[in-house]
Amino acid sequence: MRQIDAKEITRAVKEAAITANFDLGEDMLAAFKRGEKEEESPSGREVFRQLLENAKIAATERVPMCQDCGLAVIFVELGQDVHVTGGDFQQAIQEGVRQGYGEGFLRKSLCHPLTRANTGDNTPAVIHTEIVPGDHLKITIVPKGGGSENMSRVFMLKPAEGLPGIIDRVLATVREAGPNPCPPIIVGVGIGGTFERAGILAKKALLRHVGSVNPEPELAALEKQLLQGVNDLGIGPQGLGGRITALAVHVVMQPCHIASLPVAVNIQCHAARHKEVVL
Amino acid sequence: MSKTVHLRPPLTDGDVVQLEIGDKVLVTGVIYTARDAAHKRLMDLLAAGKELPVDFKGQILYYVGPSPAKPGRVIGAAGPTTSYRMDSYTHTMLQLGLKAMIGKGKRAPEVIAAMQQYKAVYLGATGGAGALISQCIKKAEVVAFPELGPEAIHRLEVENLPAIVINDCQGGDLYELGVKEYRRSAETRDNAAECR
Repeated sequence: MRQIDAKEITRAVKEAAITANFDLGEDMLAAFKRGEKEEESPSGREVFRQLLENAKIAATERVPMCQDCGLAVIFVELGQDVHVTGGDFQQAIQEGVRQGYGEGFLRKSLCHPLTRANTGDNTPAVIHTEIVPGDHLKITIVPKGGGSENMSRVFMLKPAEGLPGIIDRVLATVREAGPNPCPPIIVGVGIGGTFERAGILAKKALLRHVGSVNPEPELAALEKQLLQGVNDLGIGPQGLGGRITALAVHVVMQPCHIASLPVAVNIQCHAARHKEVVL
Repeated sequence: MSKTVHLRPPLTDGDVVQLEIGDKVLVTGVIYTARDAAHKRLMDLLAAGKELPVDFKGQILYYVGPSPAKPGRVIGAAGPTTSYRMDSYTHTMLQLGLKAMIGKGKRAPEVIAAMQQYKAVYLGATGGAGALISQCIKKAEVVAFPELGPEAIHRLEVENLPAIVINDCQGGDLYELGVKEYRRSAETRDNAAECR
């Protein structure tokens, strides 16, 4: 049984929260560079140029790339041979978020749903924990902005609607979102499971590297078809019109009830931040 | 053909009516910030017959909730937030004399109509370019509702803050026009690929 100190978890989460907000992933930077070259609309190319400059300023001056430093969504893979010592596991993560958002001068964006009073420290984070074989602890922090989250949807389709129904809902979600979620976007699609599982699958789909190919050929084909459909909408960077509305569509699928076909569409803005730490 | 216009508030009707969708705008001078929570407070003050903390006549409102300033910096990241959340308050703001709003994302048809009625414009800044835009901000101070934190009303002094005219006071909408230009069916896409 491997022991991991709760303080180590707090420290890892704190650092990940800060660096996720300062340093955009290489996959996103490469996608911006490609966009700057390939986008047909002049205003769209200008947006890509600004996003590259923005990412550079954030990384070199150590400031957040976007003022919306997100609600901290945290995916945890906890090895079953790990014993967390010296404190409460969940609290250790929340404390890491508290310290990261405080010390990193990140915006605290959480509030009471009704009074709208800010919680003051960006907690509570939303934590999804999975127990897995092994003695490692993997923590992935996803600071999720409100603008793109607001444009996300869950649909409970009739099984008869099938694949055409899924494609229709994904395209409708992106079309209705238009310029609001800060395109160019990443579209995460979760198919199957239950009402809540579909949403988690869609969010997990956002973590995959932009430019990677889905290992399941049927899903890879669907992703390609959806990406073309989304980009044919013409929304373009910042919604000003253009060929590149989405940089990627990622699909994750799992079996569902014989009566159901849950589909979740989670939209991610171009500040597609995620940082993984393995302890 | 789009043009580049320098705007310096307070704005007159003349400043605003010359603007057309697609024009590039560079804002220099004093602007104010407000998101939904601050708008709600303003409406509550008006309903109670109290004085507002800012005279919005001729002013530009920037929909932004900046991240905190690091020591030695004026402000944190400061890009636009999604504007539709302010739509229900906008008619009243325009009645107060507000001349321009900076944000990102679509406005409701009734807001676009009210912009025509009161001669005002809606400008789009690049959403998510918070670090870049913050470099145009030379001074920042909270002037109302400090308890709202990032949602407080800030007075910003800006230099050449870049934006683009999304809705002008003739009822034009750059989002609709731009998307129409690039929207295509699968058939036209395949034909375009063959021609290449």
